[in-house]
Amino acid sequence: MSEPTYLTVQAITKYIKRKFDADPHLSNLYIQGEISNFKRHSSGHCYFTLKDDKARILAVMFSANTSKLKFRPENGMMVLITADVSIYEASGQYQLYVKTMQPEGIGALFLAYEQLKERLSKEGLFDVSRKRSLPLYPKTIGVVTSPTGAVIRDILTTIERRYPIAKVKLYPSSVQGDKAAPSIVQAMEKASHDDSLDLLIIGRGGGSIEELWPFNEEQVARAIIAFPIPVISAVGHETDVTIADFAADHRAPTPTAAAEMAVPHIDEVRERLMTKEVRSMRSINELLKIKQNQLRVLAESMVFKKPERLYTQQMERLDRLSLQLKKELFLTVQASREKMSQFDRQLSRLHPKEMITIQENRRKQLDRAIQLRMKEVIKRKSSEFSGRISTLGALSPLKIMNRGYSLVYDENNSLIKDNVKVSKGQEIRVALATKDLLCQVNEVKERE
Amino acid sequence: MMSAKKQITFEQAMDELETIVTKLEEGDVPLEEALSIYQKGVKLSKVCHDKLQHAEKQMATIMTDTGEEPLDLNNEDSTS
Repeated sequence: MSEPTYLTVQAITKYIKRKFDADPHLSNLYIQGEISNFKRHSSGHCYFTLKDDKARILAVMFSANTSKLKFRPENGMMVLITADVSIYEASGQYQLYVKTMQPEGIGALFLAYEQLKERLSKEGLFDVSRKRSLPLYPKTIGVVTSPTGAVIRDILTTIERRYPIAKVKLYPSSVQGDKAAPSIVQAMEKASHDDSLDLLIIGRGGGSIEELWPFNEEQVARAIIAFPIPVISAVGHETDVTIADFAADHRAPTPTAAAEMAVPHIDEVRERLMTKEVRSMRSINELLKIKQNQLRVLAESMVFKKPERLYTQQMERLDRLSLQLKKELFLTVQASREKMSQFDRQLSRLHPKEMITIQENRRKQLDRAIQLRMKEVIKRKSSEFSGRISTLGALSPLKIMNRGYSLVYDENNSLIKDNVKVSKGQEIRVALATKDLLCQVNEVKERE
Repeated sequence: MMSAKKQITFEQAMDELETIVTKLEEGDVPLEEALSIYQKGVKLSKVCHDKLQHAEKQMATIMTDTGEEPLDLNNEDSTS
């Protein structure tokens, strides 16, 4: 009895894998089925399950192969694939290693076309509002196409015929095959830095859907949409409509049509210019005529014909006014003068001359009266006086003394009357009428 | 306003000319202004004529990796 040999899991897995890989019936298989559980890894590898109503099998498609796919696989899609069957050792699962895939029924390219169209359309990239209008008189036109194709020839011929003053700059690109799309994008990138361009035409001649395919590539569509100036697409024939046609601002059915769209006809431009000249000339002439008419009407107006009318009235008025002024002044002066002489008369009437005369007369009268009165008074007074004088003479003591009476005075010349005390020995004076007797009292004797 | 000499493009000149014509045709422009814009219009129209008449026939060029070269199609024939 020998001990049994134990195999490792790895060894048996490797063995099975070798069997699978060596079996010609398990490689380059053509299989049809429905996609489910589709997952695209960021690395670009795709993992999904291929199934029909009875069975299912895991499938993987590496990025080297997925990158060649024109369409996007989706769950529920019926596909035709070519694949090998092999083992994934880490999980021990057998699976399909898919090499190519195409949708069943319709062509892969058609499906891809429809898918991309729908996707970009949903992004709004084909919206009419995004379409830019073409410049009316482009000076420089960029063309992205093959340098050897009929496209550039048709465009050049047409522009030379219609609008020879425009310049055409060709940005050569390949327009057919796998390299075409990146080549078109590269040529457009170059053209986008050319400030002299007014618009861009991209195009190629007619061909099968495969030949036109570069113009259905997403990168070309996006390059057109992002292009800084308006783009006209002219791809294939009238009946071929590519994604590029949807993305472009304008679609031309043929390259010749694209060129016709791009430039006006120079004769037409000249005519437009002439029309403008004629219109502006007519307008200005008409305006001048109108203004001349207006001027004539004005020049013929009364004011210019008889300009004196402008001032005769004023002159008249001035005269009338100055006349009136003189008159008014005269009247005023006269009135004042009259008033003054009136005052004068009044004043002279009121002169005090008469009053003076009256008063003077009165004064004289009074004067006479007073003189008269005075004389009378003097006469009476002097008669009274002389009466008094005679009375006085009769009463004079001298007359009495002449009759033998005398006056005795004391030493103080005071009259000694009977009641005055006189002493013995007192000096006294006895006044006679014409002489004084100085005597001494010898004796005082009272009489009985 | 652009000087109606060198900088103005044909399209700008045509546009401006059209504006002037429209304005003149409206008729209610004061005389001095009308005359001045008419003169401008005449100048612009001359600019346009010059651009049309004296513009040389442009040579088509091809943008190669080394730069701009004249394009001559007579050597090769169309393929596509």
